[in-house]
Amino acid sequence: MLYADKYSVLLPTYNERENLPLIVWLLVKYFGESGYNYEIIVIDDGSPDGTLEIAEQLQKIYGEDKILLRPREKKLGLGTAYIHGIKHATGNFIFIMDADLSHHPKFIPEFIEKQKEGNYDLVSGTRYQGNGGVYGWDLRRKLISRGANFLTQVLLRPGASDLTGSFRLYKKKVLESLVERCVSKGYVFQMEMIVRARQLNYTIGEVPISFVDRVYGESKLGGNEIVSFVKGLLTLFATT
Amino acid sequence: MTKLLEWLFGVSFVLVAWAVVSFDLLDLSLPQTYREVAWPMPLYLLVSFGCYSLATVGYRVATFNDCEEAAKELQEQIKEAKEDLRKKGLKM
Repeated sequence: MLYADKYSVLLPTYNERENLPLIVWLLVKYFGESGYNYEIIVIDDGSPDGTLEIAEQLQKIYGEDKILLRPREKKLGLGTAYIHGIKHATGNFIFIMDADLSHHPKFIPEFIEKQKEGNYDLVSGTRYQGNGGVYGWDLRRKLISRGANFLTQVLLRPGASDLTGSFRLYKKKVLESLVERCVSKGYVFQMEMIVRARQLNYTIGEVPISFVDRVYGESKLGGNEIVSFVKGLLTLFATT
Repeated sequence: MTKLLEWLFGVSFVLVAWAVVSFDLLDLSLPQTYREVAWPMPLYLLVSFGCYSLATVGYRVATFNDCEEAAKELQEQIKEAKEDLRKKGLKM
């Protein structure tokens, strides 16, 4: 049976010179083993550390049909990175994930199977259910995470357990229609995607994932982010 | 209807029902016990919700999975990846 489905992986990058080869290697490994058809679209926002140059090397190693480079000149934000990536995606499904190795490609076959199981419009990776979880978080971080998620569940009743996660599989048309409707930034953007998906009656499946945070030590979750999260949450509460 | 409006409707409904019973606004001549029970309800509900929230978040923090295995596996795969990429000609 010929798989007609093709999966485009969008990788927005900023200063990921070290991690990009590793995430690409893992993607190639797990997609290769699974037999699914795929492409990886690297959207680099003018990284000063030479991420694009490394991406070009990877393109030579793995082929231009597998590694697509669609860079931009400067940091322009995630929403527009997705829009930009979608324009060049030849797959009918789109994976979004972080390029810093916090999301592991080993879950990709599980996402795909879950999607097929229920013909879901989107499949969301969750750190809060089943054997999903996190590595590298102290008590404070866990408390903030669970507390924020609880508040979100109470206020928005979103029908998904992990709203701020960014490891997801979308049908391409679904992602297109959601991205053009979403106006928030940062964590709240990912939340808004799920909330709007529910509004539009899209179906959502979940897959437990492990999130390995190697960055947390360097960039602690500060007051600013918490304030903007609460602002964003209240805005969604009042407008959706 | 936005979530905010849903909440406002829900809260208004509960408060109106509470006021009707507690202050006998419709002259229903309800037994005294109804009024005695209804009167502190809003406070009870708030406190109960507060306790429920604390317990739920506490439980979820305590049972938050620590993915030690995943971290180890990642470390090993990073080594493997670097070696393989080096062989394929990647200059880091």
